[in-house]
Amino acid sequence: MEKLIFEKSRTGRRAFAQSPGESEDINIPESFLRVDRPQLPEASELQVVRHFTRLSQMNFSIDTQFYPLGSCTMKYNPRACNALAMLPGFAGRHPLGPVSHGQGFLNCMFELQEMLKDVTGMQGVSLTPMAGAQGELAGISMICAYHDARGDHERNEIIVPDAAHGTNPATATMCGCDVRELPTGSDGDINIEALKAMVGPKTAGIMLTNPSTLGVFERRIIEVAKIVHGAGGLLYYDGANLNAIIGKVRPGDMGFDVIHMNLHKTFSTPHGGGGPGSGAIGVGDRLLPFMPIPVVAAATIDGKTTYDWLTEDDLPQSIGRLSGFMGNAGVLLRAYVYMRMVGREGMHRLAEYATLNANYLQVRLRDAGFELAFPDRRASHEFIITLKRDAKTFDLTAMDVAKALLDHNYHAPTTYFPLLVDECLLIEPTETESKETLDGFVAAMIAIATEAREKGVSFKEAPYKMPVRRLDDVKAARQLDLAYRPDKRL
Amino acid sequence: MPFIPHTKDDVIEMLAAIGADDIGALFDEIPAELLIESLDRMPVGLSEMDITRLMHVRAARDGTPLCFIGAGAYEHHIPTVVWDISTRGEFYSAYTPYQAEASQGTLQTIYEYQTMMTGLTALDVSNASMYDGASSLAEAALMAVRCNRKKDSGCILLAPGVNPTYEKVAVAIAGRQRITFERLPMDETTGNVGGDLDDSADPVAVVIQQPSFFGTLEDVDRLTNWAHQQGALVIAIVNPTSLALLKAPGHWGEDGADIACGEGQPLGVPLSSGGPYFGFMTCKKKYVRQMPGRIVGRTTDLDNQPGYALTLQAREQHIRRSKATSNICTNQGLMVTAATIYLSLLGFDGLAQVARRSQQNVTRLAGRLTAIEGVERLFEGPHFHELVLRLDRPVAAVLDALAHRDILGGYNLAEFYPELGNALLICATETKTEADIDAYATALAEIFENGSRRSA
Ligand SMILES: Cc1ncc(COP(=O)(O)O)c(C=O)c1O
Repeated sequence: MEKLIFEKSRTGRRAFAQSPGESEDINIPESFLRVDRPQLPEASELQVVRHFTRLSQMNFSIDTQFYPLGSCTMKYNPRACNALAMLPGFAGRHPLGPVSHGQGFLNCMFELQEMLKDVTGMQGVSLTPMAGAQGELAGISMICAYHDARGDHERNEIIVPDAAHGTNPATATMCGCDVRELPTGSDGDINIEALKAMVGPKTAGIMLTNPSTLGVFERRIIEVAKIVHGAGGLLYYDGANLNAIIGKVRPGDMGFDVIHMNLHKTFSTPHGGGGPGSGAIGVGDRLLPFMPIPVVAAATIDGKTTYDWLTEDDLPQSIGRLSGFMGNAGVLLRAYVYMRMVGREGMHRLAEYATLNANYLQVRLRDAGFELAFPDRRASHEFIITLKRDAKTFDLTAMDVAKALLDHNYHAPTTYFPLLVDECLLIEPTETESKETLDGFVAAMIAIATEAREKGVSFKEAPYKMPVRRLDDVKAARQLDLAYRPDKRL
Repeated sequence: MPFIPHTKDDVIEMLAAIGADDIGALFDEIPAELLIESLDRMPVGLSEMDITRLMHVRAARDGTPLCFIGAGAYEHHIPTVVWDISTRGEFYSAYTPYQAEASQGTLQTIYEYQTMMTGLTALDVSNASMYDGASSLAEAALMAVRCNRKKDSGCILLAPGVNPTYEKVAVAIAGRQRITFERLPMDETTGNVGGDLDDSADPVAVVIQQPSFFGTLEDVDRLTNWAHQQGALVIAIVNPTSLALLKAPGHWGEDGADIACGEGQPLGVPLSSGGPYFGFMTCKKKYVRQMPGRIVGRTTDLDNQPGYALTLQAREQHIRRSKATSNICTNQGLMVTAATIYLSLLGFDGLAQVARRSQQNVTRLAGRLTAIEGVERLFEGPHFHELVLRLDRPVAAVLDALAHRDILGGYNLAEFYPELGNALLICATETKTEADIDAYATALAEIFENGSRRSA
């Protein structure tokens, strides 16, 4: 491991080119001033460059490895998107600057809203939510606001399938709703009879991911929409898997009233080691008045179009503001550039080649003796294998395979999610990976399985080739060490 | 096909392996009536060359005006290293560090970040980021309610200097959980909490912003002690740059603030029309299990060597689902990487220089502007790098006239504080030179001279 930047520090050292120099004495009374000297690094510019370059080299990333992390759509992040979003006119623009000095930016945002409406089949788009989970919060708040506005105050239940991502139930709670968990049938579709029994006068809405987190398309979606709408509820679409259907099917056409998109998945903005993302939302007619603000509007007078913000005054029923300004603008610019490059004729290819790659990988792994969670189903852009047989017979768990893959220089698929499939790996190759890469991954999976099944090799201690060996998570949680304090550990 | 590597032969071989006739067959589980032929409003695709041209034109249209706006987002010098290194693919294109052994770079960076933020705020524990400053207040309020179980009023009291947009955001995010936000009264001469503090509200928490939205400095010791006497938690909203000068939240009053949060943008993140920024949050150790968001811990590996991993995940949505401390999943990771590099380059002394130079610049700017007849300082007392001016005429027209000269003269307080009259919030950071300050003062003097009518 690399030493901490604090351990490399020496008193009095600094990247001197980066500080503005001394100033006159400031006139702030003593009682307001800092009384201690906090521990911050004291290092030269070269030391800082070297330290963080070395740290970066301890990461797996899309730019360096195949990263088939299910539900996360780890596709190539085109470099141009970053470079163009960082142009001085964009990067330097103050969020409260006048629209006279923001027409270029607002023009991009307006067109992004329009493009997102087109690909989702929704009537309105607000770009402000800062990640998928915040899009969910916006969506469920809008659903609640809609029922409230109709005087329908009893609708307090949000139905969430058991396979749903954790953000779905957590969001419902944040919105003050009760969560009803909907079971999944053995074929991977939701249990329609259970749904019929569950809906009623308390139903505010349902949150669905389609294709679901099980990697299959919900085939009776039209019936589901009828049931929920028939009971007076609305449908929320979790757009994490939009890449599976982009340009082929639109959530609006399936009957959804509100959706979020993860622009950091489908539209290829980077994950940045945890974020930032963007969870732009789209709404149907019923929820238009409730959209979070601000929204960008265009007005054309004498052939000249100008762009402006819609705020509280324009959308008095809005659920309000979710961020200090307008959300993750720079992420939105990256998504805009990406969508313009893919274009109308390219959108459906994202879904097609993502699906081709997933189905190819699925049959190759099946033929190599891995058990599919849903063997009778087409894969969407992702699919699940379960290691429950190998776990029983050879003590080869999903975790073991995940860690062993790292030594083969592949990032692990998503493990142990969704929760209802035992020992599962959720595998999403994305469209930007070549056949050779997929074949290489299959070879690594076969090698790992063969070693375990035929030679009795255990991977309990894998990985071996990473900067660290398997880490003690229990110790991490029991003996909390959350900040470097040479004097006292915390 | 942009970004898709498949050759014709690849496709033929892959379909053969699958046993499908064509790619369309892979969508045969989708009800046919739902499939669309084509999109109708998407524009056709552009090459990188063409989109580059378009974006340069648009970025140039927005220009690079001289900016004296603050109000929650601050223009600071960003060392070249910060984004050169942050946009290395290994940081830029990695996911959340769930596979710890393959993510030590991101994890160690976050651990270093947590160390820096706990140091700056003088609190014990930091998370790995919230979305932004405003949403971090919403999360802090919800956290305070969980931490302070004795109180069931659901009332959060806000000092008058809390950013009004933060309040709106907190209401939008937390308001459905029976939490209410109320304001303490403002003293009109200082902009700070005024009058005798009233003990009747029984608050769960009191929120104090330092420096205030007006740039003024609040008597944080008195307020903290008062809040604690009533059994309320103290939530501090702080500007991280200012912490190189001002008393850290952990040292406020007798016991220190309980939770600190705020906008991390000043630490190396470009203004970029409002995002992506990052919210930070730190707290006392006893509240760590109620903290939202990811936290990194140092542990050991099988060889007993140190290493880093996400920890206390039982607080989070992917484990606890509907009982999680928050729904946050994706946070603002890359911005944290940038901030960690920024703070490493500046160190405490560099950050203190930035803070001092900014404070000095706004003082000078105010000196020049208040020399113009019809411009005066609104609040007495010490300030950080922002100040409120009162003009003798409506602010909007003055700002327009300045914008025509490519000067963004500040933030118009009329929308949120009509009672303050023609009030303008100005900011000057270390990026402003004598010449910049002179340009603003000269332009404003001319506008005031030419200005026809004075209202008020
Ligand atoms: C199915 C699903 N829903 C929701 C989310 C939440 O999105 P975000 O992480 O952007 O908040 C994710 C991704 O993490 C997801 O995979």
